Amino acid sequence: MTGDGSALHLVLSGDPGLFAIVQLSLLVSLSAVLFAALIGVPVGAFIALTRFPGREGVIVVLNALMGLPPVVVGLAVFLMLSRSGPLGSWGLLFTPQAMVIAQTVLVAPIIAALTRQTIEDLWVEYRDELTAMNVGPARRVATLIWDARFSLVTALLAGFGRAAAEVGAIIIVGGNIDGFTRTMTTAIALETSKGDLPLAVGLGIVLIFIVIVINALAWGARRAGERIAG
Amino acid sequence: MFNRRILLAAAAFGASVMATQVASAQDKSIVVSSTTSTQDSGLFGHILPLFKAKTGIEVKVVAQGTGQALDTGRRGDADVVFVHAKSAEEQFLAEGQGVKRFPVMYNDFVLIGPKSDPAGIKGMKDVGAALKQIMAKGAPFISRGDKSGTHIAEVNLWKASGVDIEKEKGPWYKSIGQGMGAALNTAGAGNAYLLSDRGTWISFKNKGDLVIAVEGDKRLFNQYGVMLVNPEKHPNVKKELGQQFIDWLVSPEGQKAIANYKINGEQLFYPNAADAGA
Amino acid sequence: MIMRAPGSELPVVFADVTIDVGDVTILDKISMFFSPGLPTVLIGPNGAGKTTLLRAAMGLIPVSRGSITWGGRDTPAPARLAIMFQRPVMLRRSAAGNVRYALAAASVARAVREECAADLLALVGLEGLERRPARKLSGGEQQRLALARALARDPAVLFLDEPTASLDPYATKAIEDIVRAVTTRGVKVVMSTHDLGQAKRLAGDIMLLHRGRLIENGPAAEFFARPRSAEAKKFIAGELLV
Repeated sequence: MTGDGSALHLVLSGDPGLFAIVQLSLLVSLSAVLFAALIGVPVGAFIALTRFPGREGVIVVLNALMGLPPVVVGLAVFLMLSRSGPLGSWGLLFTPQAMVIAQTVLVAPIIAALTRQTIEDLWVEYRDELTAMNVGPARRVATLIWDARFSLVTALLAGFGRAAAEVGAIIIVGGNIDGFTRTMTTAIALETSKGDLPLAVGLGIVLIFIVIVINALAWGARRAGERIAG
Repeated sequence: MFNRRILLAAAAFGASVMATQVASAQDKSIVVSSTTSTQDSGLFGHILPLFKAKTGIEVKVVAQGTGQALDTGRRGDADVVFVHAKSAEEQFLAEGQGVKRFPVMYNDFVLIGPKSDPAGIKGMKDVGAALKQIMAKGAPFISRGDKSGTHIAEVNLWKASGVDIEKEKGPWYKSIGQGMGAALNTAGAGNAYLLSDRGTWISFKNKGDLVIAVEGDKRLFNQYGVMLVNPEKHPNVKKELGQQFIDWLVSPEGQKAIANYKINGEQLFYPNAADAGA
Repeated sequence: MIMRAPGSELPVVFADVTIDVGDVTILDKISMFFSPGLPTVLIGPNGAGKTTLLRAAMGLIPVSRGSITWGGRDTPAPARLAIMFQRPVMLRRSAAGNVRYALAAASVARAVREECAADLLALVGLEGLERRPARKLSGGEQQRLALARALARDPAVLFLDEPTASLDPYATKAIEDIVRAVTTRGVKVVMSTHDLGQAKRLAGDIMLLHRGRLIENGPAAEFFARPRSAEAKKFIAGELLV
């Protein structure tokens, strides 16, 4: 990606460098949200529906983890994945997988905490009926997650927003390698430090636009779904 | 239930994404930890495609400050280190972390400052005297502060003028702990002086009111060296591929590629692998 | 739907049952039983404890003192009991979806759920509304849907908490017809109501509750013709019991 054109020019000309960066950004953040959901939704549902000692404390901690600073997560994952760290033999440092891992760690608490709140609220509503229908624990969890799916989509979107916007974690574990681990946010950081501010601003606008589009798609899906299922 | 099927499909997709990425990582590639000056100046963007075309090896550059780059090598997270602080590099070798140091190229540092020149040093030939004048006048000065080659050179220049900058700095001296480009941005915004390598300076697009204040002093000489991370300490190092990269850099072909990198007709780096003492 | 033998859940026996919630005594030393046959109707002013009694009989609330037994056992077989709450909660699905859900929870085979759901919706007068989101139904329609869900369990004992409270006379008649129909098929209905006329129409037995106590308990004809307690007399006369 040459720096002599404006970002708009790059977009309109379908510059392959820009396209690769956008593709990687989406791949990393969407994958992270997916994995974070696979972890966060069951954990959130479990906490919502199970009574155990220290539950209140766990909820407080979970909510607090929503505010994990990305750069701290990046550092922690970096230390784990470095060759001289415990998981060094996996050779994952400075790869897109490391970025996915870091963002998953960042986003999972958000999804878990929001899921917990959503499921708990819905359980309060459904408890009498589901108990009266003698619904077992497994089916109960599945029912709550399914019936709360639209609110859960909102939780996923919140997670995606966090992932797509952050740079601190992925720049540490990814290394911002040209053509390999460079995403929109890390490219913006780089172009800023190279002094190419118009390009950085242009990339920023492209990033915001993409995030808006994704939110609009999710909004549309939610509305359509609500109309069908109520 | 169909949502379970969706989850499985999504997990499979995610797994395949990870798998293909991992597979491509096993292709011919090496990780080179290098400095922000070589990245921000655009040198790698120019020479790496040539290397790949010749050997098929993908060079992944992680750009950090020299100190951080060497630390990355110490952790075994890079195959090759390519930095510009001879003393730190020799320390690296002494620790047994590197195999052998090859000089590659040089350029020089320049003392950058605002056009208005509040410290009155423009055109001075003695960089040590210029720095002392900046300190005397309390003119704002931005330091990389990140153990990079540039930072180490800056500290050494203060030392050569008899100033222990760590002890004698005042509020005029701002240590930002960031790369060359960020430092230039900060200096431009704050009408401050700073030491920069010429390569980054030439390619920097946000010069604003900044100009070169002092240049040409022999002490501003900036030598770059490359080393293979020691595979005996870090068995994962790709030593054949890494050595191929080093060999190419010091070969006539690689040296020519470095010399050919110009911005607006101005050469940024001068190859000197043949200079044994560099 | 299959007609079941009278449930082994009956008789449901309350032996000196007291239920406290915090400092408040909701039910106070209730002793009675529900036996197979015509519906038992609970009457009494608001706050008398009718809802709590129904929930306790359904096995949803633990007793503070005393005991409840179902067919002589300490715990009920949940599959044989069903309840329709006073303010039923609709699942976020269609009307038919709600009924299919209840059928699934009652272990009805997937292949027949569609048909059973359609039958049940027709029974409660909601045919044509299968695909409507349940939460968008009117209050009365939701109440009828809740009844369909309860019936989906093919219960031996059916508890109904004010089943026609928000229904117009037409829908009320439909529900009362269903009560009679399922009673004929062997289901024991235990319901509460505010409507003395409804009590007269449906009850085999009447239980009058007031402030958590069982004031009077007996065959409906007897109760209305010759009420024994002062409260019963006042209540039948239409006076407020405070």
